[in-house]
Amino acid sequence: MGIKNAQAGTLESGDILVRISPNDGNGIEINLDSTVAYQFGAQIRSVIDSTLRELGVDSAVVYATDKGALDCTIRARVTAAAVRATGRDVWND
Amino acid sequence: MMFVPGNNPGMMADAHIYGPDSIMLDLEDSVTIAEKDTARLLVYNALRSVDYGDTEMVVRINPLNTPYGRKDIEAVVKAGVHVIRMPKTETAAEVEEVEREIEKVEREIGCLGRTRIMAAIESALGVVNAYAIATASPRMMGIALGAEDYCANLKTQRTPGGDELRLARETIVVAARAAGIDALDTVYSNLDDMETFRKEVELIHTLGFDGKSIINPRQIEIVNEVFAPTPRAIEKARAIIAAIREAERRGSGVVSVNGKMVDRPVVIRAQRTIDLAIASGIISEA
Repeated sequence: MGIKNAQAGTLESGDILVRISPNDGNGIEINLDSTVAYQFGAQIRSVIDSTLRELGVDSAVVYATDKGALDCTIRARVTAAAVRATGRDVWND
Repeated sequence: MMFVPGNNPGMMADAHIYGPDSIMLDLEDSVTIAEKDTARLLVYNALRSVDYGDTEMVVRINPLNTPYGRKDIEAVVKAGVHVIRMPKTETAAEVEEVEREIEKVEREIGCLGRTRIMAAIESALGVVNAYAIATASPRMMGIALGAEDYCANLKTQRTPGGDELRLARETIVVAARAAGIDALDTVYSNLDDMETFRKEVELIHTLGFDGKSIINPRQIEIVNEVFAPTPRAIEKARAIIAAIREAERRGSGVVSVNGKMVDRPVVIRAQRTIDLAIASGIISEA
């Protein structure tokens, strides 16, 4: 799926800023900066990865700056960034 | 009913901790045009994932004459919202249009009739049509006053005494009662003036409103204090309910408590006092 640069989210407490760019078919690469990376880094990466794959995005570079977002917020921000990056309006049902 | 901006995940995650009766996640005025898509996704995911317990979950959608309204309905109905709040409602036809959209989504996912509707009345035309709006759909569960837009439409401004809102408030309460649904009052935005806020809550309680819209958890306690029945009122209500049950057992329709005849309106008020006392956590059962 073709994607362009896009982002969603904020740097406020409880939120996450997600930026997505093309990765030329080289899979999903996640760069995570999180205040809770030590405890939850793997979980956050897993939510980002699975959300993108469920949306049909299997190649992208993701820069995520997390400020303690819940999983549902991470899913919402990644979905919003992916919708903006792909131009497709998708609902993850 | 506590208003929470739909683009603030931190507030959305914590709002229920303060114990409001209902939470209204806002996709309309508190969200900029550029963030409508992300706010909708945040609200959708929060509704599906956050455990809000017994709190009634309401989402204020964008009007259907914007590019966002229909998508808002699709998202929040799929997420299982309890109530959709319509902004700036002026006619019964607008309620019927929202109802059709809700039905379309509910049929798709197999939950026909689950979502209820509340309409915010925020203009002179809305006040004139209040009863028609309140009875436009069996899904209607309440009507609410939106005072800021209403005052702008009326070419006036809000005052501490609220004289400018008198007709709208009374009309909304009467329309809601006639329709058998709830009436909710508008927000009071000055968090530094709790005294005026309390007076406003006392006023709308006297007028017959079922509740108050709030913008901050600090306002919850005052609303609960004003709406909670006094211990004396609860005792009196209990005596009335007990007497009417006893009369029913004897097969009698008339009863007197402390020498006063108790008829149907008195029993209804007593039952409402008991219901409010239970809802306020003052007593656990009648």
